[in-house]
Amino acid sequence: MTVAQVRVERLTKHFDGMVAVASLDLEVADGEFLVLLGPSGCGKTTTLRCIAGLETPTSGEVWIGSRRVTHLRAADRDIAFVFQFYALYPHLTVYDNIAFPLRATGLAREEIHRRVLAVAELLRIPHLLKFRPAQLSGGEQQRVALGRAIVRRPQAFLMDEPLTNVDASFRVDLRVELKHLQQELGTTTIYVTHDQTEAMSLGHRIAVMRSGVLQQVGTPLEVYRSPKTLFVASFIGSPPMNLIPVDLEDHLLRGQDLQVPCPPTLPMGAPRHLVLGVRPEDVSFVDSQDAHAYGTILTREPLGDETVYAVAVGDQVVRVVTEPHVRWEPGTNAALAFSLERLHLYDPVTGALVL
Amino acid sequence: MNGTLRLRIAALLWGLALAAVLVFFLFPLYWMLVTALKPRAEVTLLPPSLLPYVQFRPTLENFAAVLTERPQPILGGWVALSPFPAALLNSVLIGGTATVASVLLGTFAAYAFSRFHTRGAGDLLFFILSTRMLPPIVVVIPLFLMFTELGLRNSFWGLTTLYTTAGLPFVVWMMKGFFDEIAREYEEAAMTDGYSRLQAIWRVLLPEALPAMLATAVFVLIFAWNEFVFAQLLNPDRYSTAPIFLYSVIGYGRVEWARMAATSVMFLVPVVAFTILVRRHLLRGVTFGAVRR
Repeated sequence: MTVAQVRVERLTKHFDGMVAVASLDLEVADGEFLVLLGPSGCGKTTTLRCIAGLETPTSGEVWIGSRRVTHLRAADRDIAFVFQFYALYPHLTVYDNIAFPLRATGLAREEIHRRVLAVAELLRIPHLLKFRPAQLSGGEQQRVALGRAIVRRPQAFLMDEPLTNVDASFRVDLRVELKHLQQELGTTTIYVTHDQTEAMSLGHRIAVMRSGVLQQVGTPLEVYRSPKTLFVASFIGSPPMNLIPVDLEDHLLRGQDLQVPCPPTLPMGAPRHLVLGVRPEDVSFVDSQDAHAYGTILTREPLGDETVYAVAVGDQVVRVVTEPHVRWEPGTNAALAFSLERLHLYDPVTGALVL
Repeated sequence: MNGTLRLRIAALLWGLALAAVLVFFLFPLYWMLVTALKPRAEVTLLPPSLLPYVQFRPTLENFAAVLTERPQPILGGWVALSPFPAALLNSVLIGGTATVASVLLGTFAAYAFSRFHTRGAGDLLFFILSTRMLPPIVVVIPLFLMFTELGLRNSFWGLTTLYTTAGLPFVVWMMKGFFDEIAREYEEAAMTDGYSRLQAIWRVLLPEALPAMLATAVFVLIFAWNEFVFAQLLNPDRYSTAPIFLYSVIGYGRVEWARMAATSVMFLVPVVAFTILVRRHLLRGVTFGAVRR
């Protein structure tokens, strides 16, 4: 087994003067499942297409394994690409679709047949082999597309929102299957999505992008627990992290109806205006003498395993996640406490993490 | 009860309307066919006779005359036939070659326009179309001089090149519109599956583009098939096409309506045959339902 790490060095891509990807450095280890996450237009798909050879980078290099592939055509990069819209060949049967990449390699007929059947078996689609793509459901089509990708045993899988167009009811199943498949095959995978749940559940590591710039790379928990920028903090997590503007005064962080002791580790020279970030599960209802903030409860959303409250604190809305049995009535006053060891502070101007 | 009656009346009216349209469009063809079968004296009768066997005895003499008058030896002097079969063959060869050439070249040009970011692509497309904006009679004199200079008059390649060029704008525009509708992911999938771009086009795009290419080919062929002005001025003596022969049938002093009709019927056959042959593909439509946009 060859070492199939994928490396991107200072990758930059312009479209008509617009910067789609700005000097991106990224390294994906052999066998790793890396998710590129970001809102639409953040450059994640462009990055993937540059790695695949479907776009030519304006500058920068792409390495797959030990080969520099920046100037190789897509066909010579030994990768497989899975598209959001499946892109199965409509005039070919499912069998021929899966066999298609093998036929480019000049394998013997019997070997092609054997491998197509094995892949169909693996994806549980042998009964679909004689159909044409138009006769299949979205989920089935994307399975066939996965089959077409894995049949050649490429060095890397590149997947561009493969589950986005699959019906919601099958999406979760297919996600689990995809993760299992990647574990079984151990093939380096780069997966693009705008869906943070998908990213968290699939990736060994997540790379968050915004406006062509890489914000943070880390395991799902790292990215969730310690978001490095204001953007990552606001993008990851549902309900999202509470981000409250505060002022630093006399070793206290003050906001409207809010006062938190300043963490002793706050570096010298920190800006006076800050954004306080705290996850909804790190906020709790307390007696007023222990409170960091006071507010009025706006809504209660009992979700079964937990309950989400929205609390008006000054002109901000703070979300609180509690155990399901905690019951507070909307309209009543509440006192809130923050887990001080789980606070994040960001510079509101640069978006950078201060603490 | 009332409802079904109303439905039936609606269906009947719809059928009548369709029949009226059909008669309107098919009557000239019928008249041509009937005229081709008439004896000479019958042709100019007023009111015209329209029903063979009832109003007149149909005859094939016009077809025979068109094929044998003004005989020229062909096949090494074995048989002598009129210039018409040769003209028909010229039309098939020149029209056919021009159609194949312009559909192939135009399809690849259209692909490039559709898929690659070309500076000034819009202007280029307009320029390509603008070559068709002048009436042929305006450009025929410069072309005549050019063809004379290059020795292309009365040649196979001269007229073929001209018809190819004339067909290209149509093909480029039609096929570009078609390719724009096809997601580029298909070729991209083939390219990441290990094929070159050309192989991807050949194996993935063209099978899907075939109906559009054939539909376009029908129009290009019809243009080349019917073209008269260029053919008459550039190829009057050798490699002259069927319309030139048709023109020569008109006759001096009187118009040979029956023979013209017979010539026209035979002239129609190849194009109609081609259209019927590709009809299946034209109706097959585009199967790109597999991609949801």
